[in-house]
Amino acid sequence: MLERTGVPVKEQLDRVQPPPGHEGPMAVIECFQEIPCNPCSEACTRGAIASFTDINNPPVLIREKCNGCGNCMFRCPGLAIFVIDESYSDTETLVKIPYEYLPLPEEGTPVTALDREGKPVGLARVIKVQQGKAMDRTAIIWLAVPKGLGMTVRSIQVGR
Amino acid sequence: MTETEILVIGGGPAGLRAAAAAGELGAQVLVIEEMDWLGGQLVKQTHKFFGSKEQYASRRGIDIARILAGELENHDRVTVWTGAPVLGIYEDGMVTAQKDNRHVKIKPQRIIVATGAAEKVLPFPNNDLPGVYGAGAVQTLMNLHGVLPGRRVLMVGAGNIGLIVSYQLLQAGVEVAAVIEGAAHIGGYLVHAAKIRRAGVPILTRHTIKEAQGREVVEGAVIQQLDENWQPVPGTEQQLEVDVICLAVGLTPLADLLWQAGCEMRFIPELGGHVPYRNRLLETTRPGIYVAGDVAGVEEASAAMVEGRLAGLAAARSLGYGGPEAEAYLEDALRQLHALRSGPAGEKIRRGLEKLETMEGVPC
Repeated sequence: MLERTGVPVKEQLDRVQPPPGHEGPMAVIECFQEIPCNPCSEACTRGAIASFTDINNPPVLIREKCNGCGNCMFRCPGLAIFVIDESYSDTETLVKIPYEYLPLPEEGTPVTALDREGKPVGLARVIKVQQGKAMDRTAIIWLAVPKGLGMTVRSIQVGR
Repeated sequence: MTETEILVIGGGPAGLRAAAAAGELGAQVLVIEEMDWLGGQLVKQTHKFFGSKEQYASRRGIDIARILAGELENHDRVTVWTGAPVLGIYEDGMVTAQKDNRHVKIKPQRIIVATGAAEKVLPFPNNDLPGVYGAGAVQTLMNLHGVLPGRRVLMVGAGNIGLIVSYQLLQAGVEVAAVIEGAAHIGGYLVHAAKIRRAGVPILTRHTIKEAQGREVVEGAVIQQLDENWQPVPGTEQQLEVDVICLAVGLTPLADLLWQAGCEMRFIPELGGHVPYRNRLLETTRPGIYVAGDVAGVEEASAAMVEGRLAGLAAARSLGYGGPEAEAYLEDALRQLHALRSGPAGEKIRRGLEKLETMEGVPC
């Protein structure tokens, strides 16, 4: 279980993954613990992360309002928000991950995709490395991963 | 002799916020910090902070240090001394310090003690070998001086500090062999744990370090499983090849000045050790001496900042500064503290504060 391993379990992940058949990118918020923290809600200009009545509540994504822009990803101090788009292509799913290691991967190159335990699960293609002043040194890496791995890939291994 | 209305001892998150708040109400403040820079432990915190925007959530600790130090520049009645350790608080209210290699006397009307906390250590065979570090020392080496502590680290303790320093080690290119934790559960925020798990670092709960190995320096460590009564399980020993053993086993308030000042102290394990009895506005049993931050009970930096503001406002108000707005500021700070502590993550702090209030702790 999460409290012992640091890895969320299936039931928790099932609750936060985009509904089957959803078109377009959507945030996946893997924040399952009541901790005093609320920047994600303030980061969203569309109001897709419900305002906190108690700062200790875990975030609630209002799916209909989320367009997967990723503005919440770099504001989350826990780096716990990802964006996935199952409709990216017939063979690939888009996964956006927050990333704070150097070197950054190069766009267009393949990297080893890792799961939540850091185990290699296949190859991912780096589509985009998103950086900006507002992101404050948290890069967002856009990855194309084989279909079916959208809820599995959560990190990458670069040049090791 | 230097006279000041309010003396803030410690230039970390609590002290800086205390000085800014007191300055905002118009009080004359002297901040005295023993290191050569302001910010306290914030200057080593490269990660983004939790909390709400009132506590600079989503900003990195290193940047919060700059913001808080910068806030003091808005107040011309706030003076800062760095590189000046405070030496004592005396019966007549005089405070002595070392400044520019001189012994100086300060006469304040109010004192806010915001001295922070020190790391605890863990007894185990060979824990005196070079290569056994406190997590704070590892952060100082890496994040302040740009020096790697070693190549492969065993992290002892899965509280927030153990998890965060593990992440910082990974970012610096150091391998983390494992994070071990004596308790059955990870103590720190689980999102911090998830970050290092997806980087491939195992977290072993109910595990402890049995011994450090090596002749001149750390060459390895033996870890061992614990049963539900915290007793080592024979036959579960594992040898790890590491050159650094990093201890992140908790903090204890740096309360020496409070002892010396004669503040009534209580031993409250939930707050990290001996802490001063104080009222809701953080004034200790010695009138005019306030506390804020980890010295008042070990907690997150977000809470330390709010406590600092609270103590700064209360001390300034007690000198007659601030109108009705001061009352509103105080209430707002109390509300923020309550919110930060009201969830499951604040359960231990709440228990500790309750013990303190009811004077349940062991009197000293």
